[in-house]
Amino acid sequence: MSARRIPASQDPVRPRPSAEITVTLDGERYGGLEGQTLAGVLLGSGRLSWRTTSVAGSPRGVFCGIGVCFDCIAEVNGERDVRLCQRRAADGDELRTQHDALPVPVEDEDPPTATSDGAGS
Amino acid sequence: MTGGTPVGVLVIGAGPAGLAAAEAALDAGARVTLLDASDATGGQYWRHLPEERAGEHEARLHHGFARYERLRDRVVGDAACTVLLGSAVWSVERSAAAGSGFTVNVATGRVDAARAAMSALEPEAIVLATGAHDRTLPFPGWELPGVFTGGAAQALAKGERVRVGERVVVAGAGPFLLPVAESVAESGARVIEVVEANRLGRIVRGWAPKPWRLLGARAKVGELVGYVSGFLRHRIPYRMGAAVVAAHGTDRVEAVTIARLDTDWRPIPGTERRVAVDAVCVSHDFTPRLELAIAAGCALDERRFVVVDDSQETTVPHVFAAGEITGIGGVDLAMAEGAVAGAAAAGRTPSRNAVRRRRVFSDFAGRISAAHGIRSGWHHWLHDDTIVCRCEEVGYGRLCSTAASTDAEGLRSLKLSTRAGLGICQGRICGRTVEELLVAASPGDRFLDSVSTDRRPIVAPQRLGDLASLGDGPESP
Repeated sequence: MSARRIPASQDPVRPRPSAEITVTLDGERYGGLEGQTLAGVLLGSGRLSWRTTSVAGSPRGVFCGIGVCFDCIAEVNGERDVRLCQRRAADGDELRTQHDALPVPVEDEDPPTATSDGAGS
Repeated sequence: MTGGTPVGVLVIGAGPAGLAAAEAALDAGARVTLLDASDATGGQYWRHLPEERAGEHEARLHHGFARYERLRDRVVGDAACTVLLGSAVWSVERSAAAGSGFTVNVATGRVDAARAAMSALEPEAIVLATGAHDRTLPFPGWELPGVFTGGAAQALAKGERVRVGERVVVAGAGPFLLPVAESVAESGARVIEVVEANRLGRIVRGWAPKPWRLLGARAKVGELVGYVSGFLRHRIPYRMGAAVVAAHGTDRVEAVTIARLDTDWRPIPGTERRVAVDAVCVSHDFTPRLELAIAAGCALDERRFVVVDDSQETTVPHVFAAGEITGIGGVDLAMAEGAVAGAAAAGRTPSRNAVRRRRVFSDFAGRISAAHGIRSGWHHWLHDDTIVCRCEEVGYGRLCSTAASTDAEGLRSLKLSTRAGLGICQGRICGRTVEELLVAASPGDRFLDSVSTDRRPIVAPQRLGDLASLGDGPESP
């Protein structure tokens, strides 16, 4: 099992009931509540990772949860590099996972410059 | 830029220190602008459910939530206070502006969305209350999904009502592990154990000197008793002198290895044991968010906190600092400092009550550091393929071998040749760790250039289109 949103009926904090919303990630639907962040919606549905890294292609999701580490970025409604732990979800948001491939070295260029540009801008 | 909006006292950061500063400045009769990148006040400490889901019993997730609500209502409800939420300061620059002589550039809008509204503020005085974020030391597997910082677990529990897993280990160092474990347990997860790197002896020695000076802070004992009874209720074991030295799994964390540590945090061979988990929350320390202080030219002390005088003024006139950027001392110290800074920024003598509270809690930072501060033996739990820089995926072995083969003794060239700290987080997560490891791998005991990973002239990432639009004249979309 995994991360989950606490069911309202079992939550001693008794959050005010808010509207149910749906977002999609690469076409797959995830249900959440108005006021949640996009990362909250995904994690609350048990989805732990979405980005894949450039070098190793390994999965990443939320790490710091407060907008510092940028591990949780994804494309939101066509805009890239959005930190999902900070962005409030809106009903119908369309997310796409990001995989930023490393640039392919161009021949005739010095190898060090060819590999040190690109990622991380 | 020129032609910014004149504002009175500009308080940057709406956590405990910033709220206290805004209140004190308002009490002193100043006009105040309180600004935060988040869309809510309260900071990380009082991270809470959004308006749409406000909890009837939210106070039970917090310490001193009533204090927050009172401060928020006082500050937000004052006509002399302008509250700018969802507003990130992306740079601060010297200018011909009257008052502080600084122009503060702000982007307001949805998080990381294009077409942010760009504005420039020209404050009479600035109070920096930018806080701190978790510092998590690398260990094999720490990049796996399901490995979180303690701050993430708290933010998810308090701000989302999401629990990070079902079987959770909380590990690292410092008193912060207690509220993290409490939040995780409260959210319905089973906290299998809390693992503190330091041994009891050091913790006692760190906290014990001059115990009479803790008398004024005895309310903290009540908080501690609360944690202890919570741990007993949830049957959470609290182990000292041990650490999570590896996380295991392929696409997500499935287990961790916990080992005993010596007093220098070096793992003791033969003491490893494997524990099945579906989440682990790890925090070893905090990193102050110093970008704005550095951009303004404020001096830092040898431990890299902002230097302030008795009125919380930094070495730069009209620029004040309060909270974790002056030392990791906890919420009470942060609020006392904020109250002093806010009054002083408004040109008033700080209240004796605020000065007294600051004195009572002033040695908390020193005690926390003495009892829980990071020890260098942790380098021994790294392997060559352990990721150090998460963004650029630089391993420990490559970091050391590149440093050795280039013979460089400046941090700038080492960063460029190893790529560590150059990724999208701009070294916020790994910066100090990379510095520490490179110094250890280099011949000297410090870098010859005066570069620091804390310096980020563009404080918050902005879309190039938004920056380019600044040259277009009218700022409205």
